[in-house]
Amino acid sequence: MQDLGISILFKGVNFQRLLLGLWVTLRIALITIGISTALGLLFGLLMMSRSRAARGFCRVWLEIVRFMPQLVLLYLVYFGFARLFGWNLEGETSAILVFSFWGTAEMGDLFRGALTSIPRHQRESAAALGLTKAQINRYILLPQTARRLLPQAINLSTRIIKTTALVKMINVTEVLKVGQQIIGQFYREPSVAFWVYATVFLMYFLICWPISLLAGRLETRWSAG
Amino acid sequence: MDWGFIGSHVMDFVAGAWVTLRFGLYGVGCSLVLGLLCCLARYFRVPVLRSVAHGYIELARNTPLLVQLFFLYAGLPRVGVRLSAEACAVIGLTFLGGAYMSEAFRSGLESVEKSQREAGECLGLTRAQNIRYVLLPQALATAAPALFANVIFLIKETSMFSVLAMMDLMNVADTLRTSGGRTVEVLFMLVVAYLALLLPVSLAATFTERRLRYAGFGNQHSV
Repeated sequence: MQDLGISILFKGVNFQRLLLGLWVTLRIALITIGISTALGLLFGLLMMSRSRAARGFCRVWLEIVRFMPQLVLLYLVYFGFARLFGWNLEGETSAILVFSFWGTAEMGDLFRGALTSIPRHQRESAAALGLTKAQINRYILLPQTARRLLPQAINLSTRIIKTTALVKMINVTEVLKVGQQIIGQFYREPSVAFWVYATVFLMYFLICWPISLLAGRLETRWSAG
Repeated sequence: MDWGFIGSHVMDFVAGAWVTLRFGLYGVGCSLVLGLLCCLARYFRVPVLRSVAHGYIELARNTPLLVQLFFLYAGLPRVGVRLSAEACAVIGLTFLGGAYMSEAFRSGLESVEKSQREAGECLGLTRAQNIRYVLLPQALATAAPALFANVIFLIKETSMFSVLAMMDLMNVADTLRTSGGRTVEVLFMLVVAYLALLLPVSLAATFTERRLRYAGFGNQHSV
């Protein structure tokens, strides 16, 4: 009986449908990672700005993101914005908005952490050697920051990919939803549900695991050097 | 904003918050135990167990809780393993949280100088005594921020319990939203409820971390 369940997964275009569903979440994740990285660097600079107002603004933004479950933020944008401002955003757009809002703050905080963790004497020695400000940034601060930031930024990316599973809750047809459609279609074979969910589980693992391994490897290599 | 509506449904949210908090804390408690066990198995290189722990941690950290919950709640019953929604909630959260807690403990243990463990052994402490009196107190001081971050993370993750048909905050809000049409009020209460749950945890974290910094373990003067 259970063999039947797994064979349904590979029947017809079922597996392709699951992969297409997975692509929907991955697309959201990739766009989010792009936006979060770009805006996150700006956010990080803003967090270190001299202006108290700018720092306060970042602080509030970061706290909102830290305190509110992503699902709540999704609901706020998807259902709330429609009510408050009459914006009927599509599920996918809402998801990208919310996850970027979250990712930007997290990435900014990582960037700030990486930059401030560089010992002050690095900048001072470079200045003493007569390097210009631009040279200090380019040859001293940037490479060291990148080494500290990159492993953590990669880890954040896997978190973003995992979080995109949530878009199912705002009616986006992604891999879980497609899985449920397949389960509904083959309701006569109950074990298909087990195989569908196990497959989705494995799909996420196979995407996130190599990325995590890469982050771990970079971290050990660069922390030694 | 319709305050009358909010007033008449406050108790629904209190009930939802109680479900969120209760199962969140069960999950956090079990995660701490599981995380510590996994971490110790890896730290002391216990044969077999350390590989099992490692595999489990990779599996749990690289998959979304939502998918884990669907697997437990909707997948397993179809092959004969039936679990109640509450059991799924605690198992799911523990499965996820144990891995994160283990990593937090590990970073703490690794920050303790190796000489500490060796000195303990030389003094004739048993392994359990060594863990209890020498390693853990020092490791916990370093790991505290990460552990607290995990607690907040896990309580936030409970928002996914609504897919288990449990009446947690998220599900209470969803039910009210779809039945009453008062979206703005419902979302406002949802935000307030999560703030009320997590703010005390965050304050406790700050307080504990400050206390631990006073305690100081020699090597922290430079920070």
